[in-house]
Amino acid sequence: MALLEFQKVSKTYDNVTKALTDVTFHLDEGEFVSIIGPSGAGKSTLLRCINRLVDASEGEIFFDGQDVLKAGKKELRRIRTKTGMIFQHYNLVDRMSVIENVLHGCLGRKSTVCGMAGIYKEEEKQEAFEILQEMGLEGQAYKRCDELSGGQKQRVGIARAIMQKPKLILCDEPIASLDPKASKVIMDHLKKINETKKITCLVNLHQVDVAMKYSKRIIGVSAGKIVYDGTPENLTDKVLHEIYQSSTEELITDV
Amino acid sequence: MEEVRNVFRRRKITNTCFFAGMILIFAAASMVTGFHVADGIRSFPAAAEWIVSNLVPDARALGHLPKILDRLTETALLSAAVTVLAAVFAFLFSLLGSDILKIHWAMKRMVRIAAAFFRNVPDVAWAMLLMFSFGQNILTGFFALFFTTFGLLTRAFVETIDEVSSSCVEALEATGAGIFPIVFQGILPSSLPGVLTWVLYMIETNIRSSTLIGILTATGIGYLFDLYYKRLDFSSASLVVLSIVILVLLIEAVSNKIREVIM
Repeated sequence: MALLEFQKVSKTYDNVTKALTDVTFHLDEGEFVSIIGPSGAGKSTLLRCINRLVDASEGEIFFDGQDVLKAGKKELRRIRTKTGMIFQHYNLVDRMSVIENVLHGCLGRKSTVCGMAGIYKEEEKQEAFEILQEMGLEGQAYKRCDELSGGQKQRVGIARAIMQKPKLILCDEPIASLDPKASKVIMDHLKKINETKKITCLVNLHQVDVAMKYSKRIIGVSAGKIVYDGTPENLTDKVLHEIYQSSTEELITDV
Repeated sequence: MEEVRNVFRRRKITNTCFFAGMILIFAAASMVTGFHVADGIRSFPAAAEWIVSNLVPDARALGHLPKILDRLTETALLSAAVTVLAAVFAFLFSLLGSDILKIHWAMKRMVRIAAAFFRNVPDVAWAMLLMFSFGQNILTGFFALFFTTFGLLTRAFVETIDEVSSSCVEALEATGAGIFPIVFQGILPSSLPGVLTWVLYMIETNIRSSTLIGILTATGIGYLFDLYYKRLDFSSASLVVLSIVILVLLIEAVSNKIREVIM
């Protein structure tokens, strides 16, 4: 059964700007899928429709057998606990420690009072430390997040997402602000999570070569529509130019 | 080239017009009020002489010192209490006025209008207004300061919160956290430096304002100043002023230290 299903989903901002038009696709459990496309094509909107950080205007979205768009407040929170999210700018609480930021991953499961006061169970702390160890950050647990480098911050972001014990991790340009070395570390971590923990990954990417290397399936988005959905091998130059709407020989990947 | 010269010529013309306008306004105002620059300057030595002979605290004034310090601490503590209380209310209120929690836009507008109202009515006007209901009472000053502080801090907090915490709010929303955990685990820690800076600043400002309000409501250090001044006991009155100046400088130094530590 499909973990995530989009049926003719459209999104219009302020009744004017069309961000998504009739998007239909599905994700199976355990897949690692990249979404590529030019800036402003609707990649971020597509990702945010899944956990309703953005509300889709039309269509149907099913996640783990649940109708996302019809979910009430409580159900929506439950859906959100099952989808981790990783951001381009990490979106950590910079003035708190690394371990606290990781523990934020279980806020969705906690009671309001415990969540407010930041009271965590001993097992949860144990688990957070184990995840930090996997991310190679055990030495930084008590540092404040604004003391970390970009690559380290993103690893904290991943740790926070894993802490949720999600079924699906949404990555919105996870490596767009990182240098090539840190980018590789991050992508390798995502790949590892996908393989060992069987967490499905949906990754927005600007780097076509990275998408081709890491994913077995690529979705190409252009002007709010899916124009390609298939294996990296079939992603020819012609298709790439269609996705990025450029005339031939104008993409950096051509070099 | 022609265009560049035009830009500079236009700049020169605006500057000239601006200064000519200022001088004109000054001349007109002086004429209406009968103010003479030369007389004004000439009166400085006489004023200085009067200050030296009358305003230097003497032995009698120093005898009043315990009483002055007592009233001074009262005023300072009141200002701090008002500011902290107003800050708590302003923070909760400003959450409703910020963009972050995606509350209905009408609510946001209402919060901003309410804040602007409380802020723009001067504290002295509040004090006069409240005097009718509370009389010459310490509560009058308390509420007058509370209202202006509340209005100003609400406005300041809305901006601090919007600026600082939109990214972490998005992330915490994505984890499925409810509104209260988001506020206390995300918004509050992120905006704490900004919030504290504003609170410290308002404590300083309120000590100054409460002196003036005290004259009006016959409470605190302002009352003491008024009393000595009307008794023509200028040396004691000047001791009051001096002690206020020292207190304000002291508070400023302390709050700078605090700011250094929390940043």
